[in-house]
Amino acid sequence: MADPVLSLRDLRIWYGAERGAVRAVDGVSLDLLPGETVGLVGESGCGKSTLGRGVIGLLPAGAGHAGEVNYKGQNILELKPKRLRAMRGPELGMIFQEPMTRLNPLMKISDHFEEVLKIHEPKLSRKEARNRAMEALRGMGIPPTRYKQYPHEFSGGMRQRIMIALALVLRPAVVVADEPTTALDVLVEAQIIRILADLRRNFDTALLLITHNLGIVAEACDRVAVMYAGRVVEQGPAYDITTKPSHPYSRELLRSTISLSTTELHSIPGAPPDLVSPPPACRFHPRCPDAMQICAQQWPTTVATSPGRRSECWLHSKDQIPKGLDAPLEREALAAAEEA
Amino acid sequence: MSAPVATKNLIEVRDLQVHFGLNTSFKSRLTGRGGASVKAVDGVSFDLAEGEVLGLVGESGSGKTTLGRALLGLVRPTAGSVKLRGEELVGQPERALRPKRRHLQMVFQDPHASLNPGMTLQTALAHPLQIHKLTSGNAETEAKVRETLELVGLYPTERFATSYPSDLSGGQKQRAAIARAIITGPDLVVADEPVSMLDMSVRAKILDLMIDLKHRIGLTYVYVTHDLASAKFFCDRVAIMYLGRIVEIGTVDEIFENPKHPYTQALIRAIPEPNPDKALPRDLPRGEIPDAARPPLGCAFHPRCPKAFDICGWESRDMRAILEQRWVEGGEDLYNAERPLVGDLEKLDEAGHDAFVPAGSGKDPGALLAMLEKIREEEPDEPLWKGVNAMNAEAHGVRIAFEPGIDPPLYDTDSSRAACLLYKPE
Repeated sequence: MADPVLSLRDLRIWYGAERGAVRAVDGVSLDLLPGETVGLVGESGCGKSTLGRGVIGLLPAGAGHAGEVNYKGQNILELKPKRLRAMRGPELGMIFQEPMTRLNPLMKISDHFEEVLKIHEPKLSRKEARNRAMEALRGMGIPPTRYKQYPHEFSGGMRQRIMIALALVLRPAVVVADEPTTALDVLVEAQIIRILADLRRNFDTALLLITHNLGIVAEACDRVAVMYAGRVVEQGPAYDITTKPSHPYSRELLRSTISLSTTELHSIPGAPPDLVSPPPACRFHPRCPDAMQICAQQWPTTVATSPGRRSECWLHSKDQIPKGLDAPLEREALAAAEEA
Repeated sequence: MSAPVATKNLIEVRDLQVHFGLNTSFKSRLTGRGGASVKAVDGVSFDLAEGEVLGLVGESGSGKTTLGRALLGLVRPTAGSVKLRGEELVGQPERALRPKRRHLQMVFQDPHASLNPGMTLQTALAHPLQIHKLTSGNAETEAKVRETLELVGLYPTERFATSYPSDLSGGQKQRAAIARAIITGPDLVVADEPVSMLDMSVRAKILDLMIDLKHRIGLTYVYVTHDLASAKFFCDRVAIMYLGRIVEIGTVDEIFENPKHPYTQALIRAIPEPNPDKALPRDLPRGEIPDAARPPLGCAFHPRCPKAFDICGWESRDMRAILEQRWVEGGEDLYNAERPLVGDLEKLDEAGHDAFVPAGSGKDPGALLAMLEKIREEEPDEPLWKGVNAMNAEAHGVRIAFEPGIDPPLYDTDSSRAACLLYKPE
């Protein structure tokens, strides 16, 4: 197996709030291999976006962090801002959710590309820069005849493809895409998923794809990490997890996804916890249909359930549960409206 | 066709049109003529039986939201008719419409924006009761508010009645918005993407609530969405919309088991499937939904349709799209070789079945014609060529005569009704 291009080790990120620290990312270890697409899924408020921003060093001022984000032998969280800024673009790229707010309405598409290339690759001649930009756009299906147009002249889907081209034109080693298709229609979304799926075949870029849609994970990702309350509760090959989830949260999340094969509705009771004072021990235990008494008392260990696959749940180490603590957890019934 | 038990029609819509004027000059506004318009809803007809759930499904810009709003008179239809229990709603003054809104309610997409942040739920829910004078006295109002909160699952009701929207989660806000819609005892609720802003884990609960309410208080829904999967689960009948028209309408079984319109087929295939073993092969249509101010000639879907043929309405703008598509796929060298032969591409933006492709400056129109013939030879499967009757070199370019297209109405098929020329009777 190739060495990971990016590896997170016990990453913690928290924000200061009046009531105490909001622990948005709480001890995440994750590797990204070159050319690999890893899906990061979970409900809103589970720390997915914070993790994505942490990975490229885009945390807001005031956010605290611990642990490591290793890229090429250095922890990028420790880098000086100037050094980090020089890396962002050519090495670490980002694709945002709202393409319209990320393109400058007063600049032509050509200017966006030429500015980026001038800053990060000053040795390129104008003509070379133009060719690089047109090639990147062509890869995303944007006709070269529209190179000199303004953002408003493009449709939403085209703008998102332009954003992807803009992130890829510098050929970064790592790209974080935060819900890149959420604002788009079904057909356009499918086109973008196809582009992202092609990406891993044609480039060496490692992609961290943040999404709440498990259908996208199944189609565009090699591996998937399921996040709950600041922790990665399960990770492994996308096919395995979407067909046979082993963590109860992954399983419930899959069951609550409405797809064409849905015959009955299913939901997870309750809502993700407040990250200022998350539940003790396993954070999913208040909502987990399989919860045992131990789940409310002791943190589960991470178990490798199969090669390349890890899951953080007591169900996988039942033999280590002290006697009596494997009885089902009794809980107060949740009101119907206790939900996200 | 097995329509669900149609007792009687609650709503009857006939040839409904909502056109928005665009950049109209003072004179054209004065005379009501001239000036371009966006045909957001362009001649839509359907019936809605009592207790039925109709899905309006389409992409952004298909007119589904405008149609939903037009049913309630929230946007003014420019023509056509909407009848509620036989009573005409179109053309009524606001004063006459307002009392009827008691029976016609709406749930909006964004629960964070549809509740007044300065009102407790008690105040917000009491308003409709006071406006429609449905209760007498505060005690009765309060009791009705509590009862409705209970109905939508917001209990303990004492706690929720005094909450502000900012105290609630997204799912709870949407429950409150539903409570406000049903408190007047409406017959019809238009739900505009009620779950699209919510997390997957909550969507099911809100849909469950809506199904539950349908049975408990006898609601009829129009469910506006772009999400076919939830429509399949929630609706009795589905109308697929494209550029202001219904392009296919039928029962859920008809639409999902045996879709007739190529657009419906594409939409169904495009839904991401979380189970990789059940994923369908993708055959995505090219391009995106066109500008509604300048819809394609003939069938509005023809530029993207893989099954299009000669009479679908091929025209000048399609020629431009084909050239640009070719230059995207062919790479730099092809682009550099072919682009100079063609003049200003914007000349092709004028819609017409008679297209003129200008030659590049100083270029021989004969060379341009040879290039177009070469493309035709290389891409014989491109449906556009089926619509080309003749291509001739002229003084400054090439003239292409396209087969005039037909704008398809809804045709009967062996299951649903579809606006596609494949089903045109002989």
